[in-house]
Amino acid sequence: MFWLATLLLFQTPPPVLDLPARNPHTTSADLADGKQLYQGRCAGCHGPEGSGGKGANLAVPVLPRAADDRSLYRIIRYGLPDTEMPGSLMDAREIWQTAAFVRSLGSVSAAPVAGDTRNGERVLRGKAGCLQCHALGNEGGRAGPSLTGIGARRGAAHLRAKIADPASEVHESFRMVQVTTRDGRTVRGTRLNEDSWSIQLRDAAGAFHSLWKEEIAKLVSERRTTMPPYRDRLNEQELTDLVAYLSAERGAQ
Amino acid sequence: MKLVIAFFVGLPLLAQVTHERLLNAEKEPGNWLTYSGNFAGHRFSPLQQINDTNASQLQPAWVYQSNSLQKFETTPIVVDGVMYISEAPSHVTALDTKTGRPLWKYRRPMADDIRVCCGQVNRGVAVLGDLVYVGTIDAHLVALDAKTGAVRWDTTVADYRAGLSITVAPLAVKDKIVVGIAGGEYGIRGFLDAYDAKTGKLAWRFWTVPAAGDPEAKTWAGESYKNGSAATWVTGAYDPETNLLYWGTGNPGPDWNGEVRAGDNLYSDCLLALDVDTGKLKWYFQFTPHDVHDWDATEVPVLIDAEIRGQKRKLVLFPNRNAFSYVLDRTTGQFLMGRPYAKQTWATGLDDSGRPIRVAGTSPTVAGTRVWPSVAGANNWYSPSFSPKTGLLYVAAREAGSVYFFGKADFKAGEQYNGGGFRSIPGEEEWGAIRALKPTTGEVAWEHRLFTPPYAGVLSTAGNLVFGATNEGQIFALNAATGKLLWRFQGGGLVRSNPMSYLSEGKQYVAMALGNSLYVFHVR
Repeated sequence: MFWLATLLLFQTPPPVLDLPARNPHTTSADLADGKQLYQGRCAGCHGPEGSGGKGANLAVPVLPRAADDRSLYRIIRYGLPDTEMPGSLMDAREIWQTAAFVRSLGSVSAAPVAGDTRNGERVLRGKAGCLQCHALGNEGGRAGPSLTGIGARRGAAHLRAKIADPASEVHESFRMVQVTTRDGRTVRGTRLNEDSWSIQLRDAAGAFHSLWKEEIAKLVSERRTTMPPYRDRLNEQELTDLVAYLSAERGAQ
Repeated sequence: MKLVIAFFVGLPLLAQVTHERLLNAEKEPGNWLTYSGNFAGHRFSPLQQINDTNASQLQPAWVYQSNSLQKFETTPIVVDGVMYISEAPSHVTALDTKTGRPLWKYRRPMADDIRVCCGQVNRGVAVLGDLVYVGTIDAHLVALDAKTGAVRWDTTVADYRAGLSITVAPLAVKDKIVVGIAGGEYGIRGFLDAYDAKTGKLAWRFWTVPAAGDPEAKTWAGESYKNGSAATWVTGAYDPETNLLYWGTGNPGPDWNGEVRAGDNLYSDCLLALDVDTGKLKWYFQFTPHDVHDWDATEVPVLIDAEIRGQKRKLVLFPNRNAFSYVLDRTTGQFLMGRPYAKQTWATGLDDSGRPIRVAGTSPTVAGTRVWPSVAGANNWYSPSFSPKTGLLYVAAREAGSVYFFGKADFKAGEQYNGGGFRSIPGEEEWGAIRALKPTTGEVAWEHRLFTPPYAGVLSTAGNLVFGATNEGQIFALNAATGKLLWRFQGGGLVRSNPMSYLSEGKQYVAMALGNSLYVFHVR
């Protein structure tokens, strides 16, 4: 969709890759080089310590999509289709060095997140009302991103920042659009897709709308969130407990 | 008896595609005999059955589905009711132009250790005599019998294990097949070749990167020319009056680390004018000396005769990946005009000789440097179009920048030699447009805005139409004079190809590869 243009140069992996099973570049010099490469190219989305942001939390002992070194190499080289993770034209050694640094992130941040997870769940289901908009397993709403397995994807610091101030960074796929048609109708919702001549959205009630741009008099599109800031709605302990609960949410294993 | 023999001997001769026919392609507008439709690189169809009054009624006539999941970049060639297409990685199929039914198939087994930066793709075939020519991803040039698809000859152009491959559509000129090489991300030594069309024997080779002792070697620090790349992966143009072949060259290697190759790095990012009989260099023009952003000058040169600076001249137009559109005298290579046609932040302008005046601090860094245009450029390999009817040059322009990274560059044969990398600019809203440029001034006559930067070429027709395509799966037709949208079709796949048009049994069709299929449209 929107990010396909950035994938032009990477494309599909060749059918057979002559890759070693284990990372051959893991010396301390490799790690230092890997850190430099990571800070330039990866930290923007994955965070300087790998605790996640727009990109996945890499500071975990086992990366869900890259349990072995070859998988990690392939993800860095070719990206992940249907996600915003692009490939890279780094050479083999640089990819391995980056992979080595990514692995090192998991070993330093394995400490458990502080807070009472049971109270966190009470906050989630009660006072914070998260499931009105977010799915958790088979429960919850669909207006916001799913929380199933969120602890495996996002670091605690990132979760805390997003709950306290959700407008700080809004994912491209949660772009809010307000459309006024030439015949005077107004439709508001989440943009699901867009091209040169049409736009598709889902309104708060879950109804789909598709409009030709030639029918549209005004189109306001912004990366904005309908999620309220919880900085003042939860006290410090509640926020800490909620983050602890979400960090422990690893989805169905 | 004599008459009968003459009849049977004469028939196959009629079906032959001679150099004369290629020279006079406009006399048979129902066929599409070369990659760009004519030697001048116009990608213009004189057909007008489909025009601005009935384009809204365009609909699919047939669809041919390729089995490959690689990008489908072919431009079909049409000769007397038969369409010849290439399919990834290096297959050729002959199709009936009316029904889309295959007539024969050439299927080339492929090694599993092919080295390519950007997909195992192929942009089309060439025809001459009774042969069809295809360059292969394992760097061979193959001649096939146009009637059966049987291999007539198969010449090894280069060793694919060193990262050389062929993706370009060859160009048949006189008795030669001209073919370029890809591999600019592998530190190759680039060249352009011409082969004897009948035998497959090498006629000449022009090295785009010097050898030790050549004067051009002084434009490369130390021995950096040895891995200088300057690939030749997009089909050029030919002018029978100058007898020159006009062909673009790609980026110097390594792409983003210029420190290891101080100097202008000839002949990377150049337009070359070569004598087609000998391969001797008549002139060159370098668009981006010492390129550190991967802005290959591998676009299609467009040859026109027009008045500029009060004088009618033989020109070559070149809308470059570096975001400037150039006008050169194609007899001498003299720079006449250059102007940005999309956002760029790397040069304050061009000097009187056409050399860019660079903005300081735009080279890649370890932390990343933001520069417009993006690594894919304001334009890329896909074709522009020139309409002699409107006098406008049509370009699918890309409005995007990149963050460019500097990295170490250690050459190892057969491995990528990039010296850095790139990513998109966080939060940037990329977009694109079909732009109609006044060719000699570079002014924009009109533009049709597109949601994302396009990566597909354009075709103009005498029916006052411009055809193009989007990343979101649409093929569309615009009014060539105004840019107004007249028709669109959602085909549900990425478009990485160029449109063309032809006649079958006297009826006009427009063809373009989309996703993994070739779509052919007509008006019922």
